Amino acid sequence: MSFLEVKKVSLFFGGLAAIKDISFSLAKGEILGLIGPNGAGKTTLFNVVNGFYKPSRGDVLFKDRSIAGLKPHRICRRGLARTFQVVKPLQRMSVHDNVIASAFLRARDKKQAEEVARDVLEFTGLFEDRDVISKGLPLGKRKRLEIARALATQPELLLLDESFAGLNASELDVSMGIIRQIKNRGITIMIIEHHMRVIMALSDRIVVLNYGEKIAEGAPQEIRNNAQVVEAYLGEAQSA
Amino acid sequence: MKKYLSYMIVALLALLPLIGLSSYTMHILILVIMWSVIGMAWNLLSGYCGQVSFGHAAFFGTGAYTAGILYSKLGLSGWWGLPASIIVVTAFALVIGYICLRLRGPFFALATLSIGVILRIVAENMVDFTGGDLGIMIRERTWVEKIWYYYIILALACGTFIVVKLVIESKLGYYFVAIREDQDAAESLGINTTLYKTIALCLSAVLTGFAGAFYMNYMGYIDPKVVFALHDISIVAIMVVMVGGVATYWGPVVGAIIMVLLAELIRSIPLLGTAHHTFFGILLIIIIIFLPNGIVGDFAKLNRIAGFARRRS
Repeated sequence: MSFLEVKKVSLFFGGLAAIKDISFSLAKGEILGLIGPNGAGKTTLFNVVNGFYKPSRGDVLFKDRSIAGLKPHRICRRGLARTFQVVKPLQRMSVHDNVIASAFLRARDKKQAEEVARDVLEFTGLFEDRDVISKGLPLGKRKRLEIARALATQPELLLLDESFAGLNASELDVSMGIIRQIKNRGITIMIIEHHMRVIMALSDRIVVLNYGEKIAEGAPQEIRNNAQVVEAYLGEAQSA
Repeated sequence: MKKYLSYMIVALLALLPLIGLSSYTMHILILVIMWSVIGMAWNLLSGYCGQVSFGHAAFFGTGAYTAGILYSKLGLSGWWGLPASIIVVTAFALVIGYICLRLRGPFFALATLSIGVILRIVAENMVDFTGGDLGIMIRERTWVEKIWYYYIILALACGTFIVVKLVIESKLGYYFVAIREDQDAAESLGINTTLYKTIALCLSAVLTGFAGAFYMNYMGYIDPKVVFALHDISIVAIMVVMVGGVATYWGPVVGAIIMVLLAELIRSIPLLGTAHHTFFGILLIIIIIFLPNGIVGDFAKLNRIAGFARRRS
C-alpha cells in the first residue's frame, strides 16, 4: 500500500502530450525529488496531482482513493497541499492574514485559526514579519510564505514547486532546515528542484522526467551516475 | 474613542430629523443613506471578493419590482417587498451566479453589465406583468412626512453595516479577500471558490434588493429605465465605492455623501446640469489616478497633502 500512487498518467493538450504514461509511488514519510530539464513536465505533473488538470489517461491515488479529476479545494481538504513556482501570495493581505486564511480550512473558529497561523509562522521563521503586507516581502521570504501557507492547511502530503529557486546560500540553508523539520513532523514531501545540492541532500528517492516521460527513478547516488540522466541534462556531447 | 465612533454617528443620525429639517434636506439624507446601502452591498462582492459587477441595477430593480408587483398585482402593501425580495433576489442571484461566476475579471464584469441591460428590456416588454414603460405607481403613500422613511432606511443601513462587518471579520471575509487576491492560490488552499463567490454574490444582491424595495415604497413610482439604469444605478454604485474607498467599512458611506451631493449640486447649475455624467466621469478619472484607494483608503495621503499645503502657505 502506498501513500500516493501515480498510475500511468498522461495529459494531452490538443495532440501534444505534456506528460506521457508516468507511474511512480510515494511511501508515507518519504521525500521524493522530481527533477528534469525545463519543460519536462514537472509542474504539469504537480497540477495533475493537485487537481488543476484532470489527467487524460491514468489515475492518481491518494491514501488509496482516486483523486483524479477532483477540484483542487477537495484534494486540499483530503490533506494534500502545494506551493507555486511563481509565488502567489495574497498580495494585499498581511503575512499573518495569508496564513490565517488557509488555516481556516481545518480550524473551528477564528481563535483556533490564529493559533495555527502563529505556530506555522514561528516554525517557518516568519513571525517577525507577520504584519508586513506580503507584496513587500523579499523573494526568499515569499517562498517561505508559500510553504507556511501550505502548512497551515495541515497537510499530510506537501508538494513543493521550486521553493529554493532564487535563494542565496544562507536562505538555502534556512529553507533546507525547515524542509527537514517538516519531514520530522511526519509530513510526506514531493519536491521539484533545480538546485542539485539541495535535491541530492534532501531526497530519499528521485524521479527524473524528460520530454514528459519518466527516464529514471532511484536513490540520489544512482541518479547521479545514470547515463541517461546525465545526457538529458548535459547533452550528448558530454558522453563522448 | 474610535471604538465608539460608529455608535456616535448612528446616534447623531437618529437625532438629526428632530431639529426640523426641510423636506428637501430629508430627501437628500434619505438618498445618501440609500446609496450607502447599495455601496456597502457592492463593496462586499466587488471590493472584498474582487468580482467587479457592472450590473447591480439588476438586483436593485428586481427588489424594486418585487415590491411594486406585490402592490400592483396582489394588492399587498409595497413594504412586503422587503422580506419578499430576499427570496426573489436570492433565486435570481443564484441563476446569475451560475452563469457568470465561472467567468473571471473583465469577462465577469461584462456579463453582469449585459444582465442589467437584459433585465431592463425584459421589464419593458413584459407589459402584463410589469406595466412596461408605464412603470408601477403606488397611489396611496404610506406616510406623508419623510421622517419614517428616513428611520427605515437608517435601520436598513445599520443592519447592512453590521452584516458586512461581521462577514468580513469572519472566515467568509478571509476567503473573499483570498479569492480576490488570487483565485488559483485560494482554490489550492482548500477554498471552494465557486461556493464562496456565490455566497458573496447572494449577500450583495439581497442587500441591494432591499434598497430597491425601499426605493419603490419611498418614491412611489418606478419604471424600467429608472431602476434598471446602467448609468444611474450600476455605474453610480461603482462610483460610490471607488470615490469613498474600496474594501473599507466607511468608504461607501463617504462615497454616497459625495456622490449624492455632487449630483444635486451639478444638476442645479443651469445649462451644465444635464451634463452631470460628464462630471462623474472626470471625477472617476481623477480618483483613479490620484486616490486609487478612495478617500477613506487614501486618507493618510490626503492628510499629508493637506498638511503640506498648510505649511507652504
